[in-house]
Amino acid sequence: MHKKTVAELSAGLKAKEFSSEELTQVFLQRIADLDKELNTYITVTEEQAIYQAKKADKKIAENTAGTLTGIPLAQKDIFCTQGVKTTCGSKMLENFVAPYDATTVTQFNNAGMVLLGKTNMDEFAMGSSNESSYFGAVSNPWDLATVPGGSSGGSAAAVAACLAPVATGTDTGGSIRQPAAFCGITGLKPTYGRVSRYGMIAFASSLDQGGIMARSAEDCAMLLNTMAGFDEKDSTSAKIATENYSQSLHSKVEGLKIGLPQEYFAEGLDAQVGQCIEAAIKEYEKMGAKIIELSLENTSLAVPTYYIVAPAECSSNLSRFDGVRYGYRCQDPKDLTDLYLRSRGEGFGDEVKRRILIGTYALSAGYYDAYYLKAQKLRQLISNDFTQAFKQVDVLIGPTTPDVAFKKGEKSDPVSMYLSDIYTIAVNLAGLPAISIPVGRIKNKPVGLQLIGNYFNEAKLLNIAHQYQTITDWHRGIPEKFQ
Amino acid sequence: MSLTEDDVKKIAYLSRLQITEQAIPEYVENLSSIFDLVDQMNAVDTSHVETMAHPLHMIQRLREDVVTESNQRDIFQRHAPETEAGLYLVPKVIE
Repeated sequence: MHKKTVAELSAGLKAKEFSSEELTQVFLQRIADLDKELNTYITVTEEQAIYQAKKADKKIAENTAGTLTGIPLAQKDIFCTQGVKTTCGSKMLENFVAPYDATTVTQFNNAGMVLLGKTNMDEFAMGSSNESSYFGAVSNPWDLATVPGGSSGGSAAAVAACLAPVATGTDTGGSIRQPAAFCGITGLKPTYGRVSRYGMIAFASSLDQGGIMARSAEDCAMLLNTMAGFDEKDSTSAKIATENYSQSLHSKVEGLKIGLPQEYFAEGLDAQVGQCIEAAIKEYEKMGAKIIELSLENTSLAVPTYYIVAPAECSSNLSRFDGVRYGYRCQDPKDLTDLYLRSRGEGFGDEVKRRILIGTYALSAGYYDAYYLKAQKLRQLISNDFTQAFKQVDVLIGPTTPDVAFKKGEKSDPVSMYLSDIYTIAVNLAGLPAISIPVGRIKNKPVGLQLIGNYFNEAKLLNIAHQYQTITDWHRGIPEKFQ
Repeated sequence: MSLTEDDVKKIAYLSRLQITEQAIPEYVENLSSIFDLVDQMNAVDTSHVETMAHPLHMIQRLREDVVTESNQRDIFQRHAPETEAGLYLVPKVIE
């Protein structure tokens, strides 16, 4: 049961092959047996899960169930859940219980899904390896010595190891796509504004976007049908009509124009990863797609630009953690300044502190034009590259990451860690949707292919990803230890 | 660009982040290398480029000025480190 996709589980529940309660028990048992090694969950919500599963079974019996009713789900621990701890991977919020639900949480509750628990993540979603979590690193189920990627590393590893059939993630610079690639699963980052950010703890507000980590594009489509849409409570939510993302999955890719950005295949790309990507492109050619080489000439500026924009927004967003209204407070503060300094100094980890410091410096008097303003201009140039590209092609294709999952502790200096997101960051700066799908393995380590779409064209992306998954089975691969 | 220890101490204070004396050299090194990366931005002339503050070039949505939230002070204050009579407590500020 645990290896099935959401689509298969949904059919099984409908046909009464098993109940939601049985299904939920299977996953809770797997978590209890296997998660010690992986550390994918920060909180497991057993009681709530059984309660929700029973409720779902009642709906199924009464024939009032929807397609997602009774399906278990893991939420990244960045989405606020009323009555359940939301830590954001930080000591600062170690004991924080949100007084309200994030819109995403409400949506999946209303759809009758069953919350298994909250997944591990890099602290405040800042990291590419899940090593910055206050609650410990997560292991990649394909090779326990390697990282699962980040920041949604817990969600990715949980889905890969079948400790959840599907999970949510968030993506500010690649935090859904990079861990999806490293763990061999499918990860969708929707267009900025497509999914509500209400109740999703903010890191960099002009870049953050929630999304889905699943076994297949078909499953991503099923969840996006519930997750996408306008939200009054999120001032950056887009008032643009959603589609039925499952309906268009079966369209043929014949005649499709796929753009190949030459910068994504340049120096820095591992040769074997490159070969896997080329093999996947060949599959698309066989299906009748047309490959067009093009250039996104400002690609190399994406990482430098991001490391001003994201820290600047983070330094502002994280100023709310002051040790006064909620979150960690230091022992015996001697005055108010001491309370701020030590609560924040003791409550945040190193990577979060580094980014607050970079952002504060970049926004401080005398430096604003040289850094923040400059970065916003480059952001425009990076975005323009994509606008030009989408005049010629329907979708862009390339590797999600320059290499497969790296060893824990290998990237100890921050800059080398930052550069591992070189192919994903530009998408966030432009606000575009993108998906990572597994297209091969090198020495048992998964390789991810990234497809980038035009604004609000998630349906097309999911369709193209699904078509590849109908002729290949990389997405059905499950690590040996977790069969 | 190289930052100095004094730079780091100054921004740490502006950020209200306590950083221990022993940790300062590592921050100096890491932040300097991050700013070296960031300085690659200067390779491009952007004098003719408009700034992009938001990916969708959206305009802030306005709504009617009506109350939409009920008072939930007690619920919110349950998560506070220290409160009294509906107030958040901090060390004495005014002598």
